Amino acid sequence: METLIINVLLVMMAVTVAVLARVRNLFSVIVLASVYSFLMATVLVALDAVDVAMTEAAVGAGISTVLLLGALSLCKGEEAKPLHRPWLPLALAVTCAGLLTYGAMGLPPFSDPQAPIHTHVAPTYLKEAVVKTSVPNVVTAVLASYRSFDTLGETIVVFTAGAGVVALLRRRRRPQRQEERS
Amino acid sequence: MKHDLVLRVVAKLFLPFILLFALYVQFHGDFGPGGGFQAGVMAAAAVMFYALIYGLPEARRVVPERIVEAMMALGVLLYLAVGIAGLVLGGNFLDYFVLAQDSVQGQHRGILWVEAGVAITVSGVMLKIFYMFTDRGQADE
Repeated sequence: METLIINVLLVMMAVTVAVLARVRNLFSVIVLASVYSFLMATVLVALDAVDVAMTEAAVGAGISTVLLLGALSLCKGEEAKPLHRPWLPLALAVTCAGLLTYGAMGLPPFSDPQAPIHTHVAPTYLKEAVVKTSVPNVVTAVLASYRSFDTLGETIVVFTAGAGVVALLRRRRRPQRQEERS
Repeated sequence: MKHDLVLRVVAKLFLPFILLFALYVQFHGDFGPGGGFQAGVMAAAAVMFYALIYGLPEARRVVPERIVEAMMALGVLLYLAVGIAGLVLGGNFLDYFVLAQDSVQGQHRGILWVEAGVAITVSGVMLKIFYMFTDRGQADE
């Protein structure tokens, strides 16, 4: 049953992407991207990755949609026709997809308990996290305690992104001298 | 959308629940899904919602730009402060075990403050980006 639901959702995502590639109206593109994010979030819920699903729904479907709509209000609503036929990008994308699919075929089967990732540190985390931190949600324990260096780096990345946007978009008053010259 | 009565009333009804849910996600992250990142995004989304319905100047009055900018840096500094507190109390950088007498209690304290730092920075950055984008559009019109 779960496999069926996930497959249906994946088919819907594929359809969304196909429509996304065809549509030229940018407003529809943004809404479709948001639909894609919501479908992705639902797939993640079905895979029992609720933390990731919540982030996907809040960031992918929520914030980025609002930001893209804000950006859309700054430009025209229709995508311009490309000047060249996009054969080279298409070939590149197909090659990458092929390589990724080939690589994915070598992965252990989905949710195989003997897969390398489940036999390395994961059992230690699952056994020790509740005892050492008394935090029942192991995801939170791993993120904020075991991997707190990682999370610190992520927070600094978010800060840097914000600082970059501020540096690019802040309107500063022109220095007096420049105006006198011109 | 400033003059739509239905939207204005519904927004006022919704806002407390969105903010409450953000706080729930923040402080219940130990037990259920969620944590600082998601909570920060939700709190920022609540203010964006308010700005969309009531207009940007109104939202700027409620959450001034100065506070948003301070939040961006404050969260990272809070996170670093937790790390340095571990150093000062005789452990390693970001070592939570030394933050309280009981090591489990210390872990709890460390996770709480670290998640608070993440939430503050994330909501600050998201709001700032939103403010900058929307502001630019309005000035050009």
